[in-house]
Amino acid sequence: MHDKTLTELATALAAGEFSSRELTESLLARIERLDGELNSFITVTAEQALQAADAADAARAKGEAGPLAGLPLALKDIFCTRGVRTSCGSKMLDNFVSPYDATVVEKLAAAGTISLGKTNMDEFAMGSSNENSHYGPVKNPWDLTAVPGGSSGGSAAAVAAGLVPAALGTDTGGSIRQPAAFCGITGLKPTYGRVSRYGMVAYASSLDQAGPMARSAEDCALLLGTIAGHDLRDSTSVARGVPDYRAELEASLSGLKIGLPKEYFGDGLAPEVEAAVRDAIKVYESLGASVREVSLPHTDLAIPAYYVIAPAEASSNLSRYDGVRFGHRCENPADLEDLYKRTRAEGFGDEVKRRILIGTHTLSEGFFDAYYKKAQQVRRLIRQDFLDAFEDVDVLMGPASPTPAFDLGAKKDPVSMYLQDIYTIAINLAGIPGISVPAGFASGRPVGLQILGPHFAEQQLLNVAHQFQQATDWHRRQPAFGKENA
Amino acid sequence: MALEPEDVRRAAHLARLGLNDDEAERYVDDLSRILDMVDRLQAVDTQGIAPLAHPLDATQRLRADEVTEPNQREHFQHCAPAVENGLYLVPRVVE
Repeated sequence: MHDKTLTELATALAAGEFSSRELTESLLARIERLDGELNSFITVTAEQALQAADAADAARAKGEAGPLAGLPLALKDIFCTRGVRTSCGSKMLDNFVSPYDATVVEKLAAAGTISLGKTNMDEFAMGSSNENSHYGPVKNPWDLTAVPGGSSGGSAAAVAAGLVPAALGTDTGGSIRQPAAFCGITGLKPTYGRVSRYGMVAYASSLDQAGPMARSAEDCALLLGTIAGHDLRDSTSVARGVPDYRAELEASLSGLKIGLPKEYFGDGLAPEVEAAVRDAIKVYESLGASVREVSLPHTDLAIPAYYVIAPAEASSNLSRYDGVRFGHRCENPADLEDLYKRTRAEGFGDEVKRRILIGTHTLSEGFFDAYYKKAQQVRRLIRQDFLDAFEDVDVLMGPASPTPAFDLGAKKDPVSMYLQDIYTIAINLAGIPGISVPAGFASGRPVGLQILGPHFAEQQLLNVAHQFQQATDWHRRQPAFGKENA
Repeated sequence: MALEPEDVRRAAHLARLGLNDDEAERYVDDLSRILDMVDRLQAVDTQGIAPLAHPLDATQRLRADEVTEPNQREHFQHCAPAVENGLYLVPRVVE
């Protein structure tokens, strides 16, 4: 059961091949057996999962089961889950049992899905390797000496290792697409505002977006249709109808115009990664697409602009962790200032502190115009690059990351870690959707092909990704880790 | 723009983040490298370009001023470190 896609599992449950309880028990047993080594979960909610599985089976017996009923999945530990610890990978929230559900959690539960637990992540979603978690790093199931990527590394590793068929992640600068690429799964970052952020612990509010991580584009389409939509509780969620994301999956790609941003194939791109991506593009040509080179001239400004805007928003968002209303509180504070300062010194890890300090500095008097205003002006130029490119082509393609997964502990300097996100960060600044699909291997580690589209083009991205997965089997490859007799 | 230890201490104070002197020194180094990377922005001519705060240029929606949430004070205070009579406790501020 553990190697099936969500869509296959839905069919099997509907046909009565096995019950949701049997499926849930089998996956919980795999988690029990394998996750000690992988560390992809922070909290496993076995009891609640089995109760929900029984409820789904009962609904099915009465003929009341919806298409997602009884399907197990996992939630990045950034989504508030009522009655369950929601740590966001931080010591600050280690004791935080959420009193409410995020909108996406509510929607997935209403659809009858079963959450097996909360997955590991970089603290407050700040990181590209999952090494910044208070709960320790996650390992990549393809190579236990490699990182799974970040910040949704636990979600990616759990799906890749067959612990769960799908998981939710969040993406502020690549945090769905890069770990999906590193772990050989499919991950979609929707258009900004497509999915409600209510109950999703905020990092950088103008960039954060939740999305599905799964074994196929078809599975991502199924999940996106469930979690997308307008939400009055998130003022930035977009009031726009949700199409059936599966309706166009089978559409022909004949005549599709693909743009290859020349800046995404330059210095620093590992030759094996480039070769895999170019092979994938040849597959698209064989499916009837045409390919041309395009330019996104402000690409090299995306990381600098991001490292002003995201830390600025983070420094504001994270000011709520004050030791008063929830979360960690220091012992025996001498006065109110001591309470704030020691609580925050003890509760936050190194990378979070770095970003709070950068954000506070760049927003402070005398620096605001030179940094924050400048970065937001550059953000408009970056978005315009994409709008211009989509005048000429339907989608853009390139690598999701310049290298395959790097070794655990390999990147000690924060700036060298930041530069890893060169191909993913601009997408969040522009607010457009992007998907990473498995497209081969480099040195035995998975390579992700990134496909980008205009705002609200998720249906087309999923169609383009699905057609590739009909023509190739990279997304069906599985790591040796976790094989029954391994 | 070069960063001094005093800048880090000032930002830490503004952010109410406790740092000892060793940590402040270490962050000077880290933050300087980040700001060096960020300084590439200064070379771009952005005259006349409006800052982009929201990727879809959306503005804040208005809604009717109606009560939509029930009072759940006790429920929401379950996760608080220290409460008494429905109030959050902090060290004495006014003598």
